[in-house]
Amino acid sequence: MKLFQRIFFAAVLAGLAAGLAMSAVQQWRVAPLILAAEVFENAAPEAPAVAEHSHEAGTPAHEHAEAAPAHEHDEDAWAPQDGAERIAYTVLANLLGCIGFAFLLAAVSVLSGIEITARNGVIWGIGGFVALQLAPALGLPPELPGMPAADLVARQVWWVGTALATGAGILAIARLRNWTGIVIAAVLILAPHVIGAPQLVGEHATGVPANLATSFASATLATGALFWLIVGPLFGWLNERFARSSAFALKGAHA
Amino acid sequence: MNTQVQTASIARLSVSQRLIAGVLALLIGFVLVGGVGFASDMAIHNGAHDTRHALGFPCH
Repeated sequence: MKLFQRIFFAAVLAGLAAGLAMSAVQQWRVAPLILAAEVFENAAPEAPAVAEHSHEAGTPAHEHAEAAPAHEHDEDAWAPQDGAERIAYTVLANLLGCIGFAFLLAAVSVLSGIEITARNGVIWGIGGFVALQLAPALGLPPELPGMPAADLVARQVWWVGTALATGAGILAIARLRNWTGIVIAAVLILAPHVIGAPQLVGEHATGVPANLATSFASATLATGALFWLIVGPLFGWLNERFARSSAFALKGAHA
Repeated sequence: MNTQVQTASIARLSVSQRLIAGVLALLIGFVLVGGVGFASDMAIHNGAHDTRHALGFPCH
């Protein structure tokens, strides 16, 4: 298990370090915008998602109270207290997600046979950023609380599909390095945007000011880019160090 | 010392070794990213709420 040990520790350490750096910038530039938007979200009337829709003739009468995804702040479910507790849970979720992203990089590297090194780590980071943040954000701009949006499951499906297709496209270029790869990549990367992200139909007013929303979109993409630009080279550096260290190498030699 | 050999180490490993390690890493990555970004459980959603918004996951 020499290889798995190596990528396991590299992913955990790189994800932790890059996630901590990202969390600091996120608390500085992103979190205040979320809190500011929640003031408008809570002041606004109930989300219009349920009120404004029509049924085709023949749809049986139904109750919306349960089906409608009520906003979480109105739920009885547990939620962290605002302040230190909320920040702590956000940072914890950041770190778990960031370690997860590092594992995804590691998995793609091992399965595709393209090593992540300190030198090419920036390219891996850019690839991760494009596949897991930039491409999904092109169809589904990062949302502030209180902003109207299409059906959640449809958006999640589009998000995952876009990330997978974009990642596969980037990998096609990296593996094939010829025109065939570029054509495959272009099709895979463009397809989700040609299909189009789920959109809301009709007018939906929101109380969230436009300047908050635009600041939020650029702040999330910038903090995301910071994470990916750190995690790629750091993972590559750790990966190379562990590969060279005698402890890992010896286990592999006897395996 | 022998960095050239080391940096090519992934390619020299057997396919099954790579497959096991790669699939395990993929599973861990999917569980972590899926849990933080997509789990529908309300307690997980609320704890990870700001992270979901800040990383651009569809939230609610």
